[in-house]
Amino acid sequence: MSPQHGHPGSGAWQDFCAQQQRARVEQYRVWMVGSGVFLALFLTSAYLSHFSPGRIAEGVPKVHEYIVKILPELGVTTFRDDMAYWFYAFPDWVKLLGETLLMAYVATLLGTLGALVLGFVAARNVGPSRWLTALSRRLLEVARTVPDLVYALIFVFAFGLGPLAGILAIAVHSMGASGKLFSEAIENVDLKPLDGLKAAGGNWVQGMRFAVFPLVLPSLVSYTLWRFEINVRTATVMGIVGAGGIGQELITAIRMLYYEDVSALILLIVITVSLTDMVCERIRHGFIGKENLS
Amino acid sequence: MMRLNQHGISTLEAAQRYPEIFSVRWRQRAMQSLAWGSALAALLYGLVIFDFSPVRIWNGIGQLGMLVRFMVPPATAPSVVWEFLQAIFETLAMAFLGTLFAALLAIPFAFLSARNVFRFRLGRFGVRRGMDFLRGVDQLVWALVFVRAVGLGPLAGVLAIIISDIGTLAKLFSEAVEGCDRKPGEGVAASGGNTLQCTRFGILPQVLPMFISSTLYIFESNVRSATILGIVGAGGIGYQLSERIRGHHWEEVATILILILVTVYLIDWVSGKIRGRLIEGE
Repeated sequence: MSPQHGHPGSGAWQDFCAQQQRARVEQYRVWMVGSGVFLALFLTSAYLSHFSPGRIAEGVPKVHEYIVKILPELGVTTFRDDMAYWFYAFPDWVKLLGETLLMAYVATLLGTLGALVLGFVAARNVGPSRWLTALSRRLLEVARTVPDLVYALIFVFAFGLGPLAGILAIAVHSMGASGKLFSEAIENVDLKPLDGLKAAGGNWVQGMRFAVFPLVLPSLVSYTLWRFEINVRTATVMGIVGAGGIGQELITAIRMLYYEDVSALILLIVITVSLTDMVCERIRHGFIGKENLS
Repeated sequence: MMRLNQHGISTLEAAQRYPEIFSVRWRQRAMQSLAWGSALAALLYGLVIFDFSPVRIWNGIGQLGMLVRFMVPPATAPSVVWEFLQAIFETLAMAFLGTLFAALLAIPFAFLSARNVFRFRLGRFGVRRGMDFLRGVDQLVWALVFVRAVGLGPLAGVLAIIISDIGTLAKLFSEAVEGCDRKPGEGVAASGGNTLQCTRFGILPQVLPMFISSTLYIFESNVRSATILGIVGAGGIGYQLSERIRGHHWEEVATILILILVTVYLIDWVSGKIRGRLIEGE
C-alpha cells in the first residue's frame, strides 16, 4: 500500500472515517436500545414486585429488629448456662440433622441410580434407539425442571407426611439434573473402546459397562458428590412442606415465634452444610488424586 | 514348561522381581470393602427407618396415578390462566430484581475475597466465611425469615434471593478475579495507578464478561427457585401452586406446572443465546 493512500483528503481516508462514523453510530444505537430495554424491564419488575425505595427503607429496620430478636443473650460470666439455654434441645436437633443428612444420602443414591440408567439411554452417541433416547431426554427434562419442593408437595399427598415423600422428591429432581450431566459426559467419550468391544461380540449392556462406564466414572463420582452437597441443602427445607428433616423444626420455630430457636437452628444448619462441603471436597480430591496416579 | 511374555521373563520371575505388583494388597482390599460395606449399610439403614416398604411405595404410586388422572385435562378458563400468568410475571420480576441487586452487591465482596486483590489475609477470611454463611442457608429459609420481617409478598422473596445470591455470586466472581491475567494490572501500577485504579482498569475489563455470564446463569437458576418461594408466602406462582395443591384443584395444578415448564424453557433459551453471544464476542 503506498503512503498516499492513507493521506488525509484521499478517498481511502474518507472511507475509513465514514466507516468509523457508522460503527460509532451503530455502537451508540445498540447501547441505547440495550439500556432502554433494561430500564423497561427494571421498572416493570419493580412495579410487579412492590419494590420501591420507600418499602425498602421501611423494611430494613424491621429486618434489623428481627435479627436482634432472634439472637440470644450471651454473657461472658454466664456463657455456659446461656449456651445450654440457647441449645436446650441440642440432642433432638442433632438427631434431626442426622435424619436430614441420611435423607440427602439415600435420595442422592436413588437419584444417581436412575440418572445412570437414563443417562446412558439419553446419550446421543451410544443410545440404544433414537426413540428411547428422545423419550428419556424429555423425561429427564421434566424431572429437573419441576422444582424439588413442588414434587415434595405432591408426594406428601401421595405417600403421606414424612421423610419418604422428601426423599422421593429429591431423588426425582436429582435424577433429572444428574442424568443430563451424565449423558453429556457420555457424549464426549472416546468411542474406540466400544468399537473394540462390539467387534469382540459384546452386546449393548456389556459395551456400556466395560467400554463407556470406566471412562466416565471419575466425572460421575465428582458430579454425584456435588449433587449430594446440593441435596443436603434441599433436605434442610423439605420439612417446610412436611416432608421430613430439620425444616419442620425450623418452620415451627419461625411460625410460633420461638425467636432464639431460629438462630440456633440456622447456625446448626450452616455448620452441617459447611462440614458436608468440606468432607465432599476431601473425598473428591482423594478420588481425583488416585485417578491421576494410576 | 514356562511361558514367557514379550520381555522374555516368566510370570514367576516377574513376581519374584516385583513382589509389590503381584502381592495381594489385603489392607487396601479390606479398606475398600469396609467403605463399600458401610455405604451400603447406611443406605439400607435409611431405607428401613424411612419405611420404604413395597406396600407403601405401591400405594403411593397408585395415588400418584389417580392425581395424574385428575390433572387431565388441565384448566384452560381464560380468567384462571390470566391469573396464573400474572403470578408467573411476578415470579420473573422477583428473579430479575433479585439477581440484579445480588450481582451489584456481590462485586465488592468478590474483590474483597480474591487473593490477588485484597492482600489482608484475616479480612479475606472474614469476608469468605460471611459469604459461606449466606450461601449455606437455603433460599427458602431466608424467605421464611424475610416474610416474618417485612410481611407476606414478593418483596420478601426479592430480599431472600438477594441475600442468598450475594454469597453464591461473590464466590463465582472471586474465582473469576483470581483466575485473571495480572499483567494489565501491573501495567497500570507501573504508570502510577493505585490499587483501586489497578482493579478498575487492569482487572475489571477482563472479568466483566465472565461476571455477566455467571449472573445470567444464576438468573436461570433463580427463575426456578423463585417459583417455590411463594410456598412460604414470599410472592410468585408458588403461592397459587401450593394453594391449589392444598385445595385439591388438580386440573389447575396441571396448568400451573405446564406454565412453569414453558417459562423455564423460554428463559433458559433466551439466556443461553445471550451467554453464547457474550462468549463468542470475546
